[in-house]
Amino acid sequence: MDLRAYVLRRLALTTLVLFGVLVVTFLLSHVIPADPIGAILGPQAPPELVEKLRREWGLDKPLHEQFIDYVCRAVRGDLGRSIRTNRPVLQDLLEFFPATLELATASLMLGVLVGVPLGTISALRRGSWIDHAARVFVTLGVSTPVFWLGLIMLMIFYYRLGWLPGPGRLDPYMTPPPRVTGLILLDSLLAGRLDAFYSALRHLAMPAAVLGWYAAAGIARITRSSVLEVMRREHVRTARAKGLLERIVVLRHILRNALMPIVTVIGTTYGGLLEGAVLTETIFAWPGLGRYSTGAFLYLDFMAVMGTTLFIAVIYSLVNLAVDLIYAYLDPRVRYG
Amino acid sequence: MGDRMEGARRTSIRGSLLMARLVLSSPTGFAGAVIVAGLLILSLIGPVLAPYDPYKQDMSERLMPPSWEHPFGTDQLGRDILSRVLYGCRISLSIALLVVAISATIGLLLGLVSGYFGGLVDEALMRVTDLFFAFPRLILAMAVAAALGPSIINTMLAIATVSWPVYARLVRACVLQVRNETYIEAARAIGAGHVRILFRHVLPMVVHVVLVQATLDLGSIILLAAGLSFIGLGAPPPTPEWGLMVSEGRLYIRSQWWVSTFPGLAIMISALGFNMLGDALRDAFDVRLGR
Repeated sequence: MDLRAYVLRRLALTTLVLFGVLVVTFLLSHVIPADPIGAILGPQAPPELVEKLRREWGLDKPLHEQFIDYVCRAVRGDLGRSIRTNRPVLQDLLEFFPATLELATASLMLGVLVGVPLGTISALRRGSWIDHAARVFVTLGVSTPVFWLGLIMLMIFYYRLGWLPGPGRLDPYMTPPPRVTGLILLDSLLAGRLDAFYSALRHLAMPAAVLGWYAAAGIARITRSSVLEVMRREHVRTARAKGLLERIVVLRHILRNALMPIVTVIGTTYGGLLEGAVLTETIFAWPGLGRYSTGAFLYLDFMAVMGTTLFIAVIYSLVNLAVDLIYAYLDPRVRYG
Repeated sequence: MGDRMEGARRTSIRGSLLMARLVLSSPTGFAGAVIVAGLLILSLIGPVLAPYDPYKQDMSERLMPPSWEHPFGTDQLGRDILSRVLYGCRISLSIALLVVAISATIGLLLGLVSGYFGGLVDEALMRVTDLFFAFPRLILAMAVAAALGPSIINTMLAIATVSWPVYARLVRACVLQVRNETYIEAARAIGAGHVRILFRHVLPMVVHVVLVQATLDLGSIILLAAGLSFIGLGAPPPTPEWGLMVSEGRLYIRSQWWVSTFPGLAIMISALGFNMLGDALRDAFDVRLGR
């Protein structure tokens, strides 16, 4: 199988999964409040009005027709209207997503920058104090509830020490840079607003550190075991035996071969960061997807719940797709195997 | 014949003892085992140890800092936080143990069948698990929990719904490895049926993998359940659930730090215990867990 065939097959699989995701969100929406109309209009609504809205939303049609309608609308990007904001759900999602993207990307960068070197060193110096320290760092990182860590950091670094700014993405008195991408760091650079850039960076530091630790822990853990695995192989012994510089052995012979599981874990970490965002955004008053979705779930904002779940699943599936394609590119065995 | 069976059983007991010793000899394994044992004991006798009724409100005693009477302080309704943390142990642990038992059993059975028989069943089942992996676990659990409404039982259902596919995948992968071994073929040749082969010859080869995954999973399920409660989709108030308690203390974090801190520490220590034990088990069995 050549690369193109593999890519096509993988794309087909993703399409299939996304169709399944539509089925799941649709089914869920039919379990969520048995009666979405009642949730909006309240129990005292006149029956004519209820009937009218039911017809308007197509809730009087048979289930399979409703599903086809839902799929057609979803494919066109019409995810319905949120009850809380009274705006199209897609518009809401696109407004809130950049904040989460900024947070998740910053955390992932931290995670990779810390996790990969830490895991590698820990494997190369197995049993040393640095390995033990790294294992403590990793185990604590995967065991600490991010929402609690966020609170504790807020208490220490904002309320007690005042070293870092509190909730929000910018200082409260600061006018935000004109919205181009929605990523404040990028937007403030585009507008040449260094003060906003600095403020945004300081606001990002705490939430990104909280999620970054979680990300770094997962990445370091896999990196360590992957490097250990490769170090045992014979080609590494050969490389050392023929007197190659240790640096070259590590970079070319070990890390290159250890890369596959690391790429995979970076992909799954991204999904974990979306979850982390859901749990921490409320604490840091971060106007992202997480805060939007918790609100939607709590108020049973029917369309917004379906829309958010779908949106996150699509993003996550695309990340997984990207990971698999990178994997196939890096490792010929995947496409020929 | 009878002697040999007896011998085999004895070696397997000896094997388990050896494994236990190996796990306990590593510092992390030992620390993990101690924490887990402590948690189990606390979840049994915690209510006896608790100095106060975890639900009893006392507005004259609200938000009191840690003291001799209230070692962990009191919360916004004047309830004793230590007592609530102790009661919460039972809740978190039962959620985690039940969910893992349910999802591991379902995943184990489906994975066995899927890997052993292959074909259409396998294909269908694997596509279903693909679907579950298309959602981050918490998001899907949130959707299910929101659909069912907030309660502890529903939290368990929601988490079990999203947890079994990992086991199914893992077990299937192991079964594929042993399916064509000679001893399986031999069993088949002497006329063993599918059920017998699956349970007597295949199952023992995958049990340890499930055990390692389950131990690590207990840690992540404690975190997941606490997270669901934290955002308001898990245990309803006034349940002394740790995640809910952290969330209730959020408003007071500025000056009454103890309200959120202690329940959060309890979550962290529990997850830590299971993760350390799981890591040590994994090293002892030399298991590689993939997705």
